[in-house]
Amino acid sequence: MWRDVPLRNSYDVVIVGGGVHGLATAYYLAANHGITDVAVLDKAYLGSGGSGRNTAIVRSNYLTPEGVAFYDRSLQLYNTMSADLNINVMFSERGHLTLAHTDSALRTMRWRAEVNKLQGIDSSVIGPDEIKKLAPSLDTSSHPRFPILGALYHPPGGIVRHDAVVWGYARAADHLGVEMHQQTEVTDIEVTGGDGPDGKGPGGRVTGVVTSRGRISTPTVVNCTAGWASLISDMAGVKLPISTRPLQAAVTEPVKVFLPTVVVSGSLHVYVSQTDRGELVFGASVDPYNNYGITGSLEFTEELAGHVLELMPGISKMRLLRQWSGLCDMTPDYSPVMGFTGVDGFLCDVGWGTYGFKAAPVSGEQMAEAVATGTTPEMIAPFSLDRFHAGTLVGEKGAAAVGH
Amino acid sequence: MLLVPCPNCGPRNAADFSYVGEAKARPDPNAATPEEWRDYLYMKDNPAGRLRETWYCRSGCRQYFVLERDTAANRFADPPLPAAEADGEEA
Ligand SMILES: Cc1cc2nc3c(=O)[nH]c(=O)nc-3n(C[C@H](O)[C@H](O)[C@H](O)COP(=O)(O)OP(=O)(O)OC[C@H]3O[C@@H](n4cnc5c(N)ncnc54)[C@H](O)[C@@H]3O)c2cc1C
Ligand SMILES: [Zn+2]
Repeated sequence: MWRDVPLRNSYDVVIVGGGVHGLATAYYLAANHGITDVAVLDKAYLGSGGSGRNTAIVRSNYLTPEGVAFYDRSLQLYNTMSADLNINVMFSERGHLTLAHTDSALRTMRWRAEVNKLQGIDSSVIGPDEIKKLAPSLDTSSHPRFPILGALYHPPGGIVRHDAVVWGYARAADHLGVEMHQQTEVTDIEVTGGDGPDGKGPGGRVTGVVTSRGRISTPTVVNCTAGWASLISDMAGVKLPISTRPLQAAVTEPVKVFLPTVVVSGSLHVYVSQTDRGELVFGASVDPYNNYGITGSLEFTEELAGHVLELMPGISKMRLLRQWSGLCDMTPDYSPVMGFTGVDGFLCDVGWGTYGFKAAPVSGEQMAEAVATGTTPEMIAPFSLDRFHAGTLVGEKGAAAVGH
Repeated sequence: MLLVPCPNCGPRNAADFSYVGEAKARPDPNAATPEEWRDYLYMKDNPAGRLRETWYCRSGCRQYFVLERDTAANRFADPPLPAAEADGEEA
């Protein structure tokens, strides 16, 4: 898929993190800007982080105008990705239902639908009868403890094969000259002239990175390490508003396909979709406390099973095959941290929390533009690190806390 | 399962607690600038290692308290309170 070449001691751009964000950034640097002297470094293997562990949901029905425009651009790029990267990413545009079980949830859905429509996004609130037609296995009666009152329906949402996206970006970037180096851990970032006692931090500039395989000189480092983002930015003396939390998921044995859409329930903290192979893929909210370990818990499975059965009583005999976990870089407003950081040559594309898979194409495109032009593209200006001290947060919790 | 060592109730399942987050000194609300206040609210250390955190014993004594935990090993320090605080000093 990509060449195995020796690590050199100098690059124009070093990208830390070989997940879908780092790889997309590398690809668009080469494809859109002709910048090919680029190395993507990963301490493990490509896609070993959230990029190979997510539940692969894509959609653009967010809550803020900034968020909607941004995620919509990502969906556009997903739509042509198989052709652009010459790999079948199996985009299944199957529709996305976010269920409302309370009046206040229904109010949020209406709000989202109106914000979405204003931006030309296909998104509307539908009632239990229509929901039943779209997903007959859901219990839409009035008996459950959390009856289904309505849903936000977003036909363009769906599922994309996450591994293919990782491999597709890596292979296409490789063809353009970008180097991928796995098993290469960044252990320090060299910064001089900064405000900190060690010369790091705001005001300074990047001169290189130290890795487990030697030193590399470079004027530009892009932090694409998601759950590990704080550790990397600490090396440059940049503080982030990020907390690392594990997110768990689980999958059942395969059965005949019966669930045509993605279904999310915020109140029940659960979402579900069915793969083309017939497995049900479940996810939930992040674990309740910070952690850098990815051990699964029985609490997660118990709670998940209970909640899923409230939605779909008919699947009580299905067996779970596996559960797993990945690290998420949570921000206070459920929006990312993108762009320049105050340290010259140190950029971040982090804060992807539980929703970063769908955002990878647009993030790579915009980050590449930032690196190539030295200026912040308009589309990602609202997501700058400055917003936390300026108090201009981009609140997406209502659209991203459970439905990733 | 994580057992949280509540100083009043003893070890209990983490599900009995609310996790408040990183424990840090709160700036004086009357003296702090908006930027300082937001720094306190939003910015995090987020280490992979020892971290002082605030927990709320929701289903037990209903007290807030600070414990030290290793976020890489997911283990509470032994003793679970930083020495200075166990001695009753301000950390
Ligand atoms: C269970 C689960 C379900 C999810 N579901 C969805 C979903 O349905 N839809 C959606 O949009 N998003 C979802 N997400 C979120 C999404 O997976 C992430 O936001 C996204 O994959 C982040 O990609 P990334 O490239 O930024 O980071 P990652 O893929 O995490 O990559 C970071 C990389 O950095 C490397 N690294 C770390 N430290 C170093 C170092 N010191 N030196 C070198 N390399 C280093 C790691 O090895 C890793 O490969 C989910 C996440 C999880 C865990
Ligand atoms: Zn207690």
